[in-house]
Amino acid sequence: MIEFRKEFFADERDDDLNEVGKPTRRQDILGHVTGRSPFFDDHLFDGLLHMRCVRSPHHHARIRRVDTAEAEKMPGVVRVLTGKDVPTNLNTLLSLLDFGIDDEPILSTAKVAYRGEPVAAVIAATEAQARAAVKAVRVDWEVLPHVLDVEEAIKPGAPTVCEVYPDNKFIYHGKYDHQKLRFGDVEAAFASADHIVEGRYQMSPIEQAPIETCGAIAAPEQNDRYVCYTSTQALFFSLGTAAKVLQTPSSRLHFIGGTVGGGFGGKVDSIHEPLAVLGAMLTGRPCKYAWDRGEEMQVGAPRGAERWYIKDAVARDGRITARKFIGYFDSGAYTRLSSYAIIKGVGHLPGPYTIPNVYADVYCVYTNRTPATAMRGFGITGVDFAIENHMDKVAETVGVNPIELRILNSYRDGDMKAHRREAKNCALVECCQVVAEKGGVTLSPDARAATSLTGGGGERAQIPNFTATDEHGRVEGFDTGSYAQKASAAATAPQPPRTLPASQQPTSRPVQPPASHQPAIPPTPAAQPAQPAPPQKPAASRSGAMRFSSLSGFRRR
Amino acid sequence: MAKKPVHFSHNGVERAAFADDGQNLLEFLRRGAGDLSPKYGCGQGTCGACTVMIDGETQLSCLVLAESIDGKSIRTAAGLASDQLDPLQVAFMDHFAAQCGYCTPGMLVSARALLERNPKPTREEVMEAISGNLCRCTGYEPIISAILAVAEGRAQA
Repeated sequence: MIEFRKEFFADERDDDLNEVGKPTRRQDILGHVTGRSPFFDDHLFDGLLHMRCVRSPHHHARIRRVDTAEAEKMPGVVRVLTGKDVPTNLNTLLSLLDFGIDDEPILSTAKVAYRGEPVAAVIAATEAQARAAVKAVRVDWEVLPHVLDVEEAIKPGAPTVCEVYPDNKFIYHGKYDHQKLRFGDVEAAFASADHIVEGRYQMSPIEQAPIETCGAIAAPEQNDRYVCYTSTQALFFSLGTAAKVLQTPSSRLHFIGGTVGGGFGGKVDSIHEPLAVLGAMLTGRPCKYAWDRGEEMQVGAPRGAERWYIKDAVARDGRITARKFIGYFDSGAYTRLSSYAIIKGVGHLPGPYTIPNVYADVYCVYTNRTPATAMRGFGITGVDFAIENHMDKVAETVGVNPIELRILNSYRDGDMKAHRREAKNCALVECCQVVAEKGGVTLSPDARAATSLTGGGGERAQIPNFTATDEHGRVEGFDTGSYAQKASAAATAPQPPRTLPASQQPTSRPVQPPASHQPAIPPTPAAQPAQPAPPQKPAASRSGAMRFSSLSGFRRR
Repeated sequence: MAKKPVHFSHNGVERAAFADDGQNLLEFLRRGAGDLSPKYGCGQGTCGACTVMIDGETQLSCLVLAESIDGKSIRTAAGLASDQLDPLQVAFMDHFAAQCGYCTPGMLVSARALLERNPKPTREEVMEAISGNLCRCTGYEPIISAILAVAEGRAQA
């Protein structure tokens, strides 16, 4: 099935590959075929407790009151958790990278912003008992108007989905309500174009749908530590998130993962580990928190839907001279990873094509939908769907074969990309030629003769002399010094409720005494010891001195 | 909670265990009998990750009452290998027919049941036999190839 076309770029490649092109066995395959691979739920504990969440039936509602009294008296119920039991009940996943503002409660106390948002967690001896007790938790809801469309959500007067971002837009660089890309002057190119081609592209959210649903089992270990078996794809994200949410040094948390029953991005959000460990802390017993299939589909964060508007200036021969994007990324009710997906996506614009004028405004928009997160190439695949459909539309408008149009506009080695990096190791021309061959499409002599190795660089390597910039979408009140940190966030953010002292905890106690839960460090989750200034490297030495991060630009290692 | 004794053959071994009232066979095998090879994927009979053989027929263990297997013979993926791996297990290894591995035990049980009732299936019959087993990783082709390799005697034992 796989075909290697080694005639391409033969002189750029050492043909000494020992593994590529040959069948090989996975190193974990023996466990898989014998049914012995240790997935998180394959760890058996005596006295395992089961946690299930009470979820919002509404897209958007204020929580007037959560009454757990009846549920606590139900058979088998050991404990019912609400937001006040969570030491730091506000988090954003990328806070571990200092990116974004904590915006999402672990168990919501004030309001819910999507259907299925958890407001309480029941811990019971059996799953059936936990399910029964979930139904006995009474929540007094005040239903609020909701918004499910990205463009509706950013109109004046739209309901505020997430109070941290009152205008329903993530704030980039502490400055703008969208991520900008400016390269050259698209408006000047539009004014002199032979054709203007416009399109609107909408994709749907996509559930990763792993066959193993997300979950975690936590249990007390010796020495006041807790073990956590988890389905996470991102073990250290989950560890760091649990340490932050629980105000516990990560050295007290023994996380075991790596055997993941399908992830595809949907197992990075670290939803289960903090609650499973909290359940084990507060009951002193092993505690499992896992989604059933219905929850996996309803509240499991999908690939976020994207809406793209693309406008191209096209010359008569099919050469694209300008491309303008307006993008709306549906983040759902909270940020999770959508803010990052956009940074990645904007770095990818305008697709693998050399276009001398490019403009993009891309918005990370909050709606009352399920929060979105990672999924296989997220940030790229959605806009590629838009770009490649648009390329076909351009081809149709100009009357050029769509494969030839792509070859004509492809990156060539040495070209300058819109995000001001040189294109290297390009291969789209060759891919298009093979596609044409496979599809029985006869290309013109020029297109057949084209190669990624030639035709690039020179003028095409230049950053435009003039780039039109603007300040629209500028916001105030967010600190520009650090990434997207809201100014005086500490003073304005809701104070995370602390764990109640033992004397105030509910009296329905587990059979075994709960392990003591004393934060061993002061509750300053974000605080890191000040880094000493890195030693100055000689200016001539570039090797290893700087690292490029797509989140924060260049950074000294 | 009422518990019922269940006598059954588990991968060729006579066993007895207690089933909770209303417990499904998947939970009974995993928690009660300690056989972790059947997996929970949906709990509603749509994904096939919990597939086992009951008296030679493939069944979705999440939809079977544990007490109903009294006197019956259960085979799971954990019992496919004896002294040696089952040829299907070897073929799955060689054809890269598993990635995350979560659907693999159920997939192998369906494949084994197919080859026992039809040792020389066509490609279409293989696809039909595993049509109740969802796999999210492989795209199915390597799995079909592995099963056909065993059926056609091409697999290395």
